[in-house]
Amino acid sequence: MDLLQKGAQAPLFTLRSTPDQDLSLEDFRGKNLVLCFYPADWSPVCGDELALFNEVLPMIRKHEAEFLAISVDGVWCHQAFKKDRKLRFPLLADFEPKGEASRKYGAYLEKEGESARALFVLDAQGVIQWSYRSPTGINPGADGILEALESLSAKEEAV
Amino acid sequence: MIGEAGLKVPTGPSDHAQGPAHAPVELVEYGDYQCPSCGKGYPIVKRVQRSMNGVLRFAFRNFPLTQQHPDALNAAKAAEAAGMQGRYWQMHDLLFENQEYLDYESLLQYAVELRIDVNRFARDFRSPKVEKKILSDFESGVRSGVNGTPTFFINGFRYDGDWSYYSLMQALQAVAAETQPV
Repeated sequence: MDLLQKGAQAPLFTLRSTPDQDLSLEDFRGKNLVLCFYPADWSPVCGDELALFNEVLPMIRKHEAEFLAISVDGVWCHQAFKKDRKLRFPLLADFEPKGEASRKYGAYLEKEGESARALFVLDAQGVIQWSYRSPTGINPGADGILEALESLSAKEEAV
Repeated sequence: MIGEAGLKVPTGPSDHAQGPAHAPVELVEYGDYQCPSCGKGYPIVKRVQRSMNGVLRFAFRNFPLTQQHPDALNAAKAAEAAGMQGRYWQMHDLLFENQEYLDYESLLQYAVELRIDVNRFARDFRSPKVEKKILSDFESGVRSGVNGTPTFFINGFRYDGDWSYYSLMQALQAVAAETQPV
């Protein structure tokens, strides 16, 4: 399945964010939202990518947007990784059934059994306004997200 | 290997740069003084600068990953504060050469070693001007597609290749060859 593109309604999901907490896409209705699918906790490139988004978070929040990162790692793994890297956003576990949410977004690598490195910007109605998939070895950077959020804010102001 | 992302804010008077102002090749690094990879890159950049003396301009912009590296922001402040007394590059070098020691006491000690006015250094260190400079470096980096540290730009284009001496030299020399007048 190809990566979901601009204009598509973002598929719903409910995933574990901590050992005793779930987060649903619907919890974020009314807010802009950035979804970051990534292959795995602890791998060096992902670490860099999430570290970057961790720093850029204030710039993302300026646009009334929240940020969620999603991989197939389990909650305990996420918890340790989040603590170690001092990540300030939720890490969701697309763990059981494995990769189900990632698949719905066209962001799953069947052969590797991991999420692809993909980014989505959703508006307050849960419609995808921007999406991007980068080669697994290359960290995408945050410029695309910020540009998408900016054009969203501009659109909202114009209304 | 030159990436798609481009430098959104061209280098200007507010940048710290070494080498001729109108050099045909410009290398811009976004870096973090506490980042081990940047520390590894430091002698490589020095070597590249020596090899391309006269044709290369090198500028350094701050990209502190403050959550990962608790002393990175203070180190960047120290470099900027030293810069306000004309000792930016000397502090820059000291920071990378002493990456393990970037606590505030050590930073003050480096100011003493550089024989700058330490009281003024401490004041500038805390000034909004220094903080603003670092933030504006960081934001220009994010806008330009900086995706980790160090990230290099060669004549405005992000360099996505590995930054061993050999690879970096190859990329820089290729750009130098293109810009040579025919």
